[in-house]
Amino acid sequence: MATEALTTTAPARAPRRLDRAAIGGVLVREIINFSSYWRSTTFSSTVEPTIYLLAFGFGFGSLLSTVNGYRYVEYVGTGTVATAVLFSSVFPAMFGTFVKYKFQRTYDAILAAPVDTEELVTGEALWLAMRAAVYGCAPMLVAMVFGLKASWGMLLVPPINFIAGFGWACAGISIAGRLKGIENFNYVTSAVITPLFLLAGTFFPIAGLPRWMQVIAEINPLFHCVQLVRHAVFDLLGPVDLWNLGYLLAFGVLMWRLGIVFMQRKLID
Amino acid sequence: MGVTIAGPAIRLRGVVKRYGPITAVAGLDLDVPDGSCVGLLGPNGAGKSTTMRMLTAQAIADEGEIVVRGYPLPQRSKRARAEMGVVPQLDNLDTTLTVEQNLVVFAHLYRVPAGSRRAAIERVLEIANLRDRRDAKVDELSGGMRRRLLIGRALIHEPRLVLLDEPTVGLDPQVRQELWALIDRLRSEGVSLLMSTHYIEEAERLCDSVTIVSHGRAVAVGPPQELVARHAGREAVEIYGSPARLAEAEAEMAAQGFPTRRTGTSIAVLALDDADGRAPAGERRPANLEDVFVLLTGEEIS
Repeated sequence: MATEALTTTAPARAPRRLDRAAIGGVLVREIINFSSYWRSTTFSSTVEPTIYLLAFGFGFGSLLSTVNGYRYVEYVGTGTVATAVLFSSVFPAMFGTFVKYKFQRTYDAILAAPVDTEELVTGEALWLAMRAAVYGCAPMLVAMVFGLKASWGMLLVPPINFIAGFGWACAGISIAGRLKGIENFNYVTSAVITPLFLLAGTFFPIAGLPRWMQVIAEINPLFHCVQLVRHAVFDLLGPVDLWNLGYLLAFGVLMWRLGIVFMQRKLID
Repeated sequence: MGVTIAGPAIRLRGVVKRYGPITAVAGLDLDVPDGSCVGLLGPNGAGKSTTMRMLTAQAIADEGEIVVRGYPLPQRSKRARAEMGVVPQLDNLDTTLTVEQNLVVFAHLYRVPAGSRRAAIERVLEIANLRDRRDAKVDELSGGMRRRLLIGRALIHEPRLVLLDEPTVGLDPQVRQELWALIDRLRSEGVSLLMSTHYIEEAERLCDSVTIVSHGRAVAVGPPQELVARHAGREAVEIYGSPARLAEAEAEMAAQGFPTRRTGTSIAVLALDDADGRAPAGERRPANLEDVFVLLTGEEIS
């Protein structure tokens, strides 16, 4: 191609697939934006689990002292870690994606730059996963105030949150990529997210549920996240947690690819 | 860094883009020679925005060939995107961020090396004349400032090719002239420009060459003055009168083989260079690009 001189200051290296610079660019945008709204997000991410803990911990806690051998506040405190991960990844992913695509047209601007849909989705999901990793620890920390004992296994909670958060973020992006209008999000929230949130062994063990509900819980990635977090915090990690971890990883990869396909369809004519 | 590329900045051949039953672009040929400013002039719905989207591979052509700075699209579009700047028609700035933060984000997205980011941002603030508004949130900017930022943002990586999609649509005449000065500066620096517009004056003032598109196809290509001379002649004659009188004159001129166009209150008779004594009586004025545009696209200017 080097026949006519036409100089450019562009980097000589050809951009690759899943280029770090492109994903980094998407992340930088999110981080700078975050600096303008972190207060409200952090507030709701800490206050919400505290309310759950107080309501359920003291409410149910007065009826039952232990569940599966844990004090109820510890049971809920660890369970709602997964809830916090879910809420801080799937909802921002659904609404954020839709708003950035439709109302702010941010994605139009990003895709006109040397960034592909794959990198865009990956960057957005990584960012939400990082956030979820941190915010997911809030209920655990609150539970510690109410007597949950510190353990080394707690150090595994942020990485577990990250993996689960990545999957949920990608699920949220996929949902936003499929739905036509933001009002349709209500259907997904009511029919999918809420049941999954409740059927995850967060507030009560699934063992007491009818068989079909147990099956749903077993399919529910959130259930596996709850299990992993509890086992890590209570130093009970065993072979079954390889299954839990594998399930979350598989969920993440599946949703990631799905999110890319759906967003590609939406963003590229 | 001296990457060298053969041929024109942009080359389209026989490009077709369909959306279901609608053919938005129907075999478009388009050339942007290196270092020149080309206007893509056409009425709304002529396929200008679709063409712009295809140049960034945000729309994929169904047929035809697109080459941007030597890179075939869509296969090597990412490389092409790295080397061009894009000014979208619809403002997509991050409104909750400051002017400077918007530029920081794009310095990253366009891979400006860490060491040159500061300088790149300062340069853009200077070009866009927004130095003293660097800490203002985009929300607080006037329409003209936002547009300047939008253009400046596209220049963060010093691209040698810039796409401008209707850069002055919906702006006050004064703001428009301000932006024209900005675009003219790029032009004088040898940046290749492709600008879609439906403002005739914009194309006439800024473009070395104009491609007039209608129904997704190029209907005329050339420098504005040449197009005027070729299609509308040196002078036009405006005939005023009652609607009945205008209809009559229109029929008369058509019978003699002169093209005419309605301008609302009058009809303009065109291509009178060889008319000799057959030119009608009326008000004489120089023919302009608008005459050519209406003649070729059959669209009235709003």
